[in-house]
Amino acid sequence: MDRCHQAVLGRQRPLRLDCGVELGPYRMAYQTYGRLNADKSNAILICHALTGDQFVVERHPVTGKPGWWDSLVGPGKVIDPTRYFIICANVLGGCMGSTGPTALEPATGQPWNLRFPVVTVGDMVRAQAALLDHLGIPDLFCVIGGSMGGMQVLEWTASYPKRVFSAVPIACAARHSAQNIAFHEVGRQAIMADPEWKGGDYRLHGTMPARGLAVARMTAHITYLSERALQRKFGRSLQNRDALGFGFDADFQVESYLRHQGSTFVDRFDANSYLYITRAMDYFDLAAAHDGVLAKAFTGTPTRFCLMSFTSDWLFPTRESREIVHALNAAAANVSFVEIESDKGHDAFLLDEPEMFRTLQGFLQGAALVRGLGDVS
Amino acid sequence: MSAAAIRVDLQLIADMVEPKTRALDVGCGDGSLLAYLMSFKRVDARGMELSQAGVNACVASGLSVIQGDADADLRDYPDDAFDYVILSQTLQATREPREVLRQMLRVGKRAIVSFPNFAHWQVRLRLVFGGRMPETLSLPYKWYDTPNIHLCSIDDFRALCRDMGVHVERAIVLNSKSRPIHMPPLLANLFGEQAVFMLRRD
Repeated sequence: MDRCHQAVLGRQRPLRLDCGVELGPYRMAYQTYGRLNADKSNAILICHALTGDQFVVERHPVTGKPGWWDSLVGPGKVIDPTRYFIICANVLGGCMGSTGPTALEPATGQPWNLRFPVVTVGDMVRAQAALLDHLGIPDLFCVIGGSMGGMQVLEWTASYPKRVFSAVPIACAARHSAQNIAFHEVGRQAIMADPEWKGGDYRLHGTMPARGLAVARMTAHITYLSERALQRKFGRSLQNRDALGFGFDADFQVESYLRHQGSTFVDRFDANSYLYITRAMDYFDLAAAHDGVLAKAFTGTPTRFCLMSFTSDWLFPTRESREIVHALNAAAANVSFVEIESDKGHDAFLLDEPEMFRTLQGFLQGAALVRGLGDVS
Repeated sequence: MSAAAIRVDLQLIADMVEPKTRALDVGCGDGSLLAYLMSFKRVDARGMELSQAGVNACVASGLSVIQGDADADLRDYPDDAFDYVILSQTLQATREPREVLRQMLRVGKRAIVSFPNFAHWQVRLRLVFGGRMPETLSLPYKWYDTPNIHLCSIDDFRALCRDMGVHVERAIVLNSKSRPIHMPPLLANLFGEQAVFMLRRD
């Protein structure tokens, strides 16, 4: 974590959370790539998804794996640090250096655990805005993110329209659907049912709800894939055996794959953070804050939008992106929308999807010309 | 994006659009009109296109385009959102041309519409003497796989505008070489292969 920048914010003005609690001081851990230009007009904020973090490009300090958007961000790539100043912060409530349930509560000196106030996507975005103030960045050339990152992008455009020149919400929705809340609830219940969870105070007890968290991850992971992708990757193939074992070991490759996903996740993610961040997504409903009319969230917006969805994403299906597009049209906003043919499900936004790259490249190039950043082709 | 040469009917439409205005091109195809309007007239130009492949190509070239169709999606936009709403060679493919025109004139202060003239003499000849559904440069489809379900003549279109109380600000009739022709209405309806109309609410 020593490679990571950390800003301590909210000393003078605490962050007023949606739940009513005033939080401050609080920490935001972030990474930056590239340089801010003289007129501070080339900043891109990348918002990460549920279990993502600020390590967009470089090797992850815990897992040693390449950055989660390595394919998109980097010199010569679509989001190029030689042109843009790129920022990615760990969300408020996260467990990679930003203040969250693992942080110490100032009053007691003990980890917050479940005493940490419930945060929302709106709170996460307000904390990011405070970070930009801290970095002296008045407005962003682009805010971009997928899934929960896309929710943050939408929240940015609604809360700080003048600070967002262009916005790219990918594979997301203006509110979390009942089905999505249901899946999250299964995950949370799995964590809380683990006897080692200890009411959230597992660290005090020297335990870890690893099984519960792994099950939560396994459930969630299924929602990130498509039936076709699972079928193609695993089908009903058996794992290291020629015949069914007539027991409950991992007979099938898909079982073994999910178990692996679950167990590796436990090494890098905190169970309480998982509870808080899934809750933040569940609470997200951009229209609710605007009398139930989504278009009102975007009234008079100066931001240029580019939305993308994937044909096989059933967690955030295209129709949910289209609802946002309809609302943006109703606000006469400048909006592009592309549905990308892919059988990789929700996860497609993290993968090598040439059409997504092409679209983003074109959109950023068009926006950069209007912004006066010169030709970025 | 280069946008040097565009189709003649698109050029005529582009000439009708004042610089630095807001325009929505419904059925924008490959986006060539949008690109032209943006580059040469500084128009805040947006597009709507039915084909997802078309949309993706437009957006990848830096244009603001969404997937949608004239019949369903114009309803989303607020009144007077644009100075111009453009519908080139698409009216005949809509389910409800009258409603589409009404929506165009609600969303835009002006509507610009171009369409193939079904009363063109070649069309008439082919049907009368050939006894087959006409196929021409403007109507290049077989009867069984044409997207055109509401073909009309120039006179039909004028009658619809009268009926709807829509004011025709300009009407340009093109011959089969895509050159504007100047003739009395009766002859224009016979010799015009396509027409471009600029309309506004009365």
